[in-house]
Amino acid sequence: MTEMTAVATGGTRHRSGLRTALRDSAVLSGRSIRHIVRNPEQAMVVVFLPIMLLVLFRYLFGGAIQTGAGGYVNYLIAGIMVISVAFNATTTTVGVCTDMLEGIVERFRSMPMVSTAVLTAHVVAAVVRNLISMTVIVLVGLLIGFRPAASPAGWAAAVGLMVLFVAAISWLAVIFGLLADSPEGATGLSLIIVFVPYASSAFVPPGTMPTALRLIVENQPVTPVIDAVRGLLLDQPIGNAGWLAVAWWGGILLIAVPLAGFLFRRRTGR
Amino acid sequence: MTDGRVAIEATGLCKSFGSVDVLTGVDLAVERGTLLALLGQNGAGKTTFVRILTTLLRPDRGRGAVNGYDVVRQANDVRASIGLTGQNTAVDKLLTGRENLVMMGRLCDLGPAGARRRAEQLLEQFELVDAADRQVKTYSGGMRRRLDLSISLITAPPVLFLDEPTTGLDPRSRLTMWDTIRALLGGGTTVLLTTQYLEEADRLADQVAVLDGGRIVAQGTPNELKRKVGTDRAELSFADEAAFDRAGELLRDENVRGDRQQATLSIPMHDVKQLKCVLDRMESGGVEVTGLAVTKPTLDDVLLAVIGRPATRSAGQEERTA
Repeated sequence: MTEMTAVATGGTRHRSGLRTALRDSAVLSGRSIRHIVRNPEQAMVVVFLPIMLLVLFRYLFGGAIQTGAGGYVNYLIAGIMVISVAFNATTTTVGVCTDMLEGIVERFRSMPMVSTAVLTAHVVAAVVRNLISMTVIVLVGLLIGFRPAASPAGWAAAVGLMVLFVAAISWLAVIFGLLADSPEGATGLSLIIVFVPYASSAFVPPGTMPTALRLIVENQPVTPVIDAVRGLLLDQPIGNAGWLAVAWWGGILLIAVPLAGFLFRRRTGR
Repeated sequence: MTDGRVAIEATGLCKSFGSVDVLTGVDLAVERGTLLALLGQNGAGKTTFVRILTTLLRPDRGRGAVNGYDVVRQANDVRASIGLTGQNTAVDKLLTGRENLVMMGRLCDLGPAGARRRAEQLLEQFELVDAADRQVKTYSGGMRRRLDLSISLITAPPVLFLDEPTTGLDPRSRLTMWDTIRALLGGGTTVLLTTQYLEEADRLADQVAVLDGGRIVAQGTPNELKRKVGTDRAELSFADEAAFDRAGELLRDENVRGDRQQATLSIPMHDVKQLKCVLDRMESGGVEVTGLAVTKPTLDDVLLAVIGRPATRSAGQEERTA
């Protein structure tokens, strides 16, 4: 019996599933992070788009929109951060879709590795891209009047919440990438993600809106993220926005990750 | 698997996509250290067969084994035993050649240092050292294919699947690829190759199998198959149509095929004596033979005979099955 087993498994290493998954995710994250630098379009979305949005909204609407004390730029920063997360999601959707169409996922699946690590890697790269975008937004914001008042703990909470939001949005972007048949289709699907943050408290307080729109804006999941991050950065009370945001996006994350795994297997299997 | 000399084995493999039955019971065995060329028309199911044996696709029925491991129940052991070069080059175009190799090596459990060492070896072996630090998107088709094959060889796997490895390559790159495949065979690797080029199968294969209608309809060495479908033929050329007509008269009793415009006659030839006899009859009949060639049956003839249609396709066309 033992001899038979030895023959049957001879020469191959049986590694623990979790360790392999972590190692493969780390190696493939290295790949996806390299893509940020190698791909000029990504640099565009990561660095220049947020700057343009921030400066545009600050000076285009800043004079007209009344957001209370502290100036419009203070109100705007959190909204621009969230909008740029949505734009960055397009890159993830197209990247996943392209990987699925080209032979590289086939190759991963024919290797003794955890091939869903390629999806995790796309999400890790999305977190890195968004951390760069957020840094750029804060730095440029400081130049045009942004005056944060957050304590280190406030900053940590804001960044932590944003990372949760980015992870959840990115897994949704992965799902769209797995559903799309072509990079063009992927771009189209990701417009859903790009649009949703506009109907939020990103640019103007919901109090100024007509009742129907206000009800949507106040109850959609992006608004509590923006409200909580804004409050944390400006050291203002955030009410239950923080916990609401964690519940929404934690919940979405818990559904999106297994769903992405299921779609990956359905797309590649059979 | 009981026979340790068999590296790839399929028994009654079936696979359908919706209502389309692509494989309807494929039986095939490839001996260790040999190359089997799988031929068949576009859509015959060659790629589906390769995808099942490389664990990318589950069979509906039947069983496949590679290197002694079951492709469904021991998929990870199979994956550790094989290299696969598919029709699409499976490399990252934004990374450099070296980065691709190191990444794949690390995914194959070689460790950071081991992966770097192996990458260096393969870059040298495949003459990619000069291009190693350039992004793959700048590579030529032949270079990409070489990189792709080198990635398949990272773990020096005992079994290699090559799905149309030379489709779209220029003649020189194709010859280089053939040399590489021969060297691998010399080193004891077992290879299953699908190809659209019958010359490729003829040059490389120990065994040829023809897939048609979801089954293997013919299998043997290239020479066995050729002998089965036909004999050598002698082709006689004549000065003009008048001579051609007279020769036709003289050889009425033979099973001749003629081309009047080219003034050539082709006669099945069973032995050398028969050729002499034919030439003697020409001489005694006063017909001058201006040229003589002996042609052997080709794998084209084999495919024509077993599946009733020629299987060659233009180079750019690709098989789409799954």
